[in-house]
Amino acid sequence: MLQLILSLIAISGIGALLALFLEIADSYIADYGESHILINNEKDLVVEGGSPLLSSLMENEIFIPSACGGKGTCSLCKLRVLAGGGPVLPTETPYLSKEELENDVRLSCQVKVRNDLKIEIPEELFKIKEFRVSIEKVIDLTDDIKSIQLKILTNEEGISFKPGQYVQLKVPKYEMTRESEYRAYSVASSSEASRDLELLITKVADGAVSTYVHDYMKEGEELTINGPYGEFYLQESDKDILLIATGSGLAPLLSILHQIEREKIGRKTTLFFGARTVKDLLYYDEVKDFETRLPDFTFMPTLSRPTEEDRWQGEKGRVTNLIEKYIPENAPLEVYICGSIVMVESCEDLLKKKGISEENIFYDKFE
Amino acid sequence: MADIDAGTLLFAAIFTNNILLTNFLGLCPFLSISREVRSSLGLGVAVVFVMTCTAVINYLVYYYVLVPLHLDHFRYIVFIIIIASFVQLVEISVERFFPALYFVLGIFLPLITVNCAILGASLFLIIREYTLIQSIAYGAGSGIGWMLAIIAVGSIREKLQKTARLPKGLEGPAITLFITGIMALAFMAFSGMIQIQ
Ligand SMILES: Cc1cc2nc3c(=O)[nH]c(=O)nc-3n(C[C@H](O)[C@H](O)[C@H](O)COP(=O)(O)OP(=O)(O)OC[C@H]3O[C@@H](n4cnc5c(N)ncnc54)[C@H](O)[C@@H]3O)c2cc1C
Ligand code: FES
Repeated sequence: MLQLILSLIAISGIGALLALFLEIADSYIADYGESHILINNEKDLVVEGGSPLLSSLMENEIFIPSACGGKGTCSLCKLRVLAGGGPVLPTETPYLSKEELENDVRLSCQVKVRNDLKIEIPEELFKIKEFRVSIEKVIDLTDDIKSIQLKILTNEEGISFKPGQYVQLKVPKYEMTRESEYRAYSVASSSEASRDLELLITKVADGAVSTYVHDYMKEGEELTINGPYGEFYLQESDKDILLIATGSGLAPLLSILHQIEREKIGRKTTLFFGARTVKDLLYYDEVKDFETRLPDFTFMPTLSRPTEEDRWQGEKGRVTNLIEKYIPENAPLEVYICGSIVMVESCEDLLKKKGISEENIFYDKFE
Repeated sequence: MADIDAGTLLFAAIFTNNILLTNFLGLCPFLSISREVRSSLGLGVAVVFVMTCTAVINYLVYYYVLVPLHLDHFRYIVFIIIIASFVQLVEISVERFFPALYFVLGIFLPLITVNCAILGASLFLIIREYTLIQSIAYGAGSGIGWMLAIIAVGSIREKLQKTARLPKGLEGPAITLFITGIMALAFMAFSGMIQIQ
């Protein structure tokens, strides 16, 4: 009996001692204290050390573009860290060019604030703001794409963005996640209605944010967005416009189509849209309707796997087939591509082979 | 007690009695992390460090706490929590003081908690009744031996990936087990050269 009690005490004692020891070590070693972040040599920010630079800035309402939620895979969060960033980490090197390395460019989601930092943030990023929004309406467009209509609650003027740009949608922690997560979604609605935004969101298997949006989000719920972000918008020129999208990649292009209509831009515009079956042709009628409203617009959907019932008479195959078939060599085009990485990259390769130069190809890769 | 000096024991633990190739301990991280030299080295270094330190700590706890209290039959559970706590401590320290190393080792460090070679080394030194000095030599030697083995296999696999066209079914763990088996055969030739118990 005594032995039993003794062993219980001893084993629990050892466990407790180790726990105590770790707890002390943790509070001493992992306590980074306060750090100063000097921004553009003027603004001094005091933050609690130990968190990634990206999230420390975000807590202070300075929003840096990021599509991956800080996982180090999108490389949008690049910033110049002039002092205090420590060595460049192996998680960053794949995304940094030699030139960027020489200029102290870092991925701000990977740099941890461990001591005082000196950083540089492009002026235009200070314009990015955070907004409370309410979910007004959720509509199923296809089996895996939903249209989400939001209303900005924070202010009357809403958000000012260029058609084609994206916002970050932040969803709360839920069953599948350990913390609140955010991802990039392009605005599909016209930039005129600046308080009422529409996003088109594809369900990604096991995706943190898209699953929340598809299976957990309710109408009436309040969330936050921040933005606008991105360089994907219509350039000023008189070249013909070619828009290419698959799936929810249609979103920014819809906003651009609204812009072309509103600003009465007379440039010849073509939209190649790829889907599997007729069921996957989201907003078919709406896009078709632009043909009557815009001065010079052609909508060319193509189906890769039309079914018997579809009775599809139009183009078949992928969007790349349309490029092969309809885009002549060295066409004087400006191309805007949006959708999955694979699609964007194969279109880009093909267009370059056709002699369209890199400066005239713009894209957003959704991943 | 084995009558063997620490230097010889260190050498024996690295080569003739390599814990991985003669005892087949620590195979699971060995199979999964040996895809390339870089990560093999990272994990190897972490194992050497943790194995050496936990050998010492476990030795002290065993002889100065468990044995006097007649609790030596609890050594498995005690050793395991000590190894786990130690790994945790190493992890937070490395993260704080060597951020670049942390990212190389990052995912491997927690894996070490369940590396059976580490528990194995601590148990062997009790069973074989090593002294403290011998224990340090054995812990370090076993760690280094494990590291050399994983680096060797890592470099072979890296080379294979670039040059060999393997049949589909042999890719990954299958070919690694073949390579390990052949290496273990070679190491069998050493067995018995040095008596370590
Ligand atoms: C500039 C920009 C604009 C974007 N606009 C839109 C938009 O308008 N509509 C929209 O639906 N999405 C858009 N995205 C993609 C979006 O930001 C998310 O990446 C996507 O919703 C997946 O997030 P998740 O949290 O659901 O999945 P995660 O939890 O991030 O990922 C889960 C798994 O799915 C994989 N994965 C991630 N994204 C994709 C993908 N797109 N397709 C296939 N697999 C993927 C990941 O590699 C991971 O293994 C945009 C991305 C960028 C960079
Ligand atoms: S936020 Fe995506 S790489 Fe940093």
